[in-house]
Amino acid sequence: MLKLPIYLDNNATTPMDPRVLEAMTPYFLQHFGNAASRNHPFGWEAEEAVDYAREQVAKLIGADPKEIIFTSGATEADNLAIKGVFEMYASKGNHIITAVTEHKAVLDTCKHIEKLGGEVTYLPVNAEGLIDLKELEAAIKPTTILIAIMYANNEVGVIQPVKEISALAKKHGALFFTDATQAVGKVPVDVNKDGIDLMAFTGHKMYGPKGVGALYVRRKNPRVKVTAQMDGGGHERGMRSGTLNVPGIVGFGKACELCRLEMDEDNQRISKMRDTLETALLKLEEAYVNGSKEHRLPHVTNISFKYVEGEGLLMGFNKNIALSSGSACTSASLEPSYVLKALGLGDDLAHSSLRFGLGRFTTDEQIEYTIKAISETVLKLRDMSPLWEMYKEGIDLNTIEWAHH
Amino acid sequence: MAYSEKVIDHYQNPKNVGTLDKSSKNVGTGLVGAPECGDVMRLQIEVDDATGTITDAKFKTFGCGSAIASSSLATEWLKGKNIEEAVKVDNMDFVEELNLPPVKIHCSVLAEDAIKAAINDYRVKNGLEAIKFDESVVH
Repeated sequence: MLKLPIYLDNNATTPMDPRVLEAMTPYFLQHFGNAASRNHPFGWEAEEAVDYAREQVAKLIGADPKEIIFTSGATEADNLAIKGVFEMYASKGNHIITAVTEHKAVLDTCKHIEKLGGEVTYLPVNAEGLIDLKELEAAIKPTTILIAIMYANNEVGVIQPVKEISALAKKHGALFFTDATQAVGKVPVDVNKDGIDLMAFTGHKMYGPKGVGALYVRRKNPRVKVTAQMDGGGHERGMRSGTLNVPGIVGFGKACELCRLEMDEDNQRISKMRDTLETALLKLEEAYVNGSKEHRLPHVTNISFKYVEGEGLLMGFNKNIALSSGSACTSASLEPSYVLKALGLGDDLAHSSLRFGLGRFTTDEQIEYTIKAISETVLKLRDMSPLWEMYKEGIDLNTIEWAHH
Repeated sequence: MAYSEKVIDHYQNPKNVGTLDKSSKNVGTGLVGAPECGDVMRLQIEVDDATGTITDAKFKTFGCGSAIASSSLATEWLKGKNIEEAVKVDNMDFVEELNLPPVKIHCSVLAEDAIKAAINDYRVKNGLEAIKFDESVVH
């Protein structure tokens, strides 16, 4: 039996895997110790559990456990990486390069850096959502200390050419930081093969708990350091103070282990469902995939249904299907998605977009239901869309003088 | 954000979706909003020349649920009213009837503007002067 509602917003957060919860439970009541308590068994148990989780996390990304700094999530890790490098490497330079399609946790941190006297270059992206490597290299200056480019985008799932970016960073003596929140646990990420110096990621996007994430900080070739952004007990090799969230970290570790062991199998199944969904929805007239289809996460598709507004579209089925839209009406800022606009989409197409994020627990049956529900709603709303009528009559909407509100 | 029951009802069962012959002298058409803003309303009225009564009203809307509901409600309200009454429909009438939250007030303004635009289109077509309305406050 198909159970409603269906969850297809896995880029926002994933449900926890029951095996993760199972691993966490003993660390709330039974093994509740503080991992920093060095003098009794409660502390030793907690420390041991954290060490084990640190190994699980490190193994997923090909890192050394000592290179994992636990944080409260990816936003904190983004802040720590960018602000921490800016402070630590102040004598070397003050220039950071990033891209316009980054997550707000990176963009707003960069804006903060600008207020502190730093210089930030925001690279544009092409219609596919990819940065241009020549433009990146041209933007590098002697004062460039950090290149901060995300691994995969949260709205369109586009994967940046990480290896090429890190090679350029290395060539010019800058550090490479990547926000890999959407990628780690979903696609193979290896900090050495990918040449990553710092990397932010989080538990709740990979079937782990919310409130726990990590910053990977390279220890060798080169040895990278960041200035702590929170003062306190000097936990996490002095880079992130604060009592460790032991149950969260245990869950995060377990989630990483499961992703490492099951990623290939999961991806084969999930990408097949994604392709089925995409192919079926593209059969509707005037439906377009946003961003690169070639360089993309296996579980994501972002589709614009022209002449239908996203929030209105969601309303047709959002009791039964959980999805996101790039429409202004669904955002707090009342602006359509800046990511889609950066890809060169007009506001009208950005308003008409839906983001699908499939996951480990998505089923064929759910996809079938979703295809039907969305197709029906698109057709129904087009029947009442004046823009669709004009399009069908062959009127070019750009020739109309709209009263802008 | 949760929608009010009335918005959901109009969204699911919109009243008077359709198109009237815009070249007809008896038909006034109001097209307001812009695709870039995420909402476009087209409201049409058919007027009985002799009595000035609105005999039919149709809409098509590109927009969110509240925009669709506001235009659907507008057509319901307009049918049977005469032009003088129709001019008095205020955006706050929509806000109250549909329980629109503050972020959706612009949908009600759009519906009011659509009504006025349709009336003026009809008037101009029939050799009357367009009524000058005050600029809407909220956009």
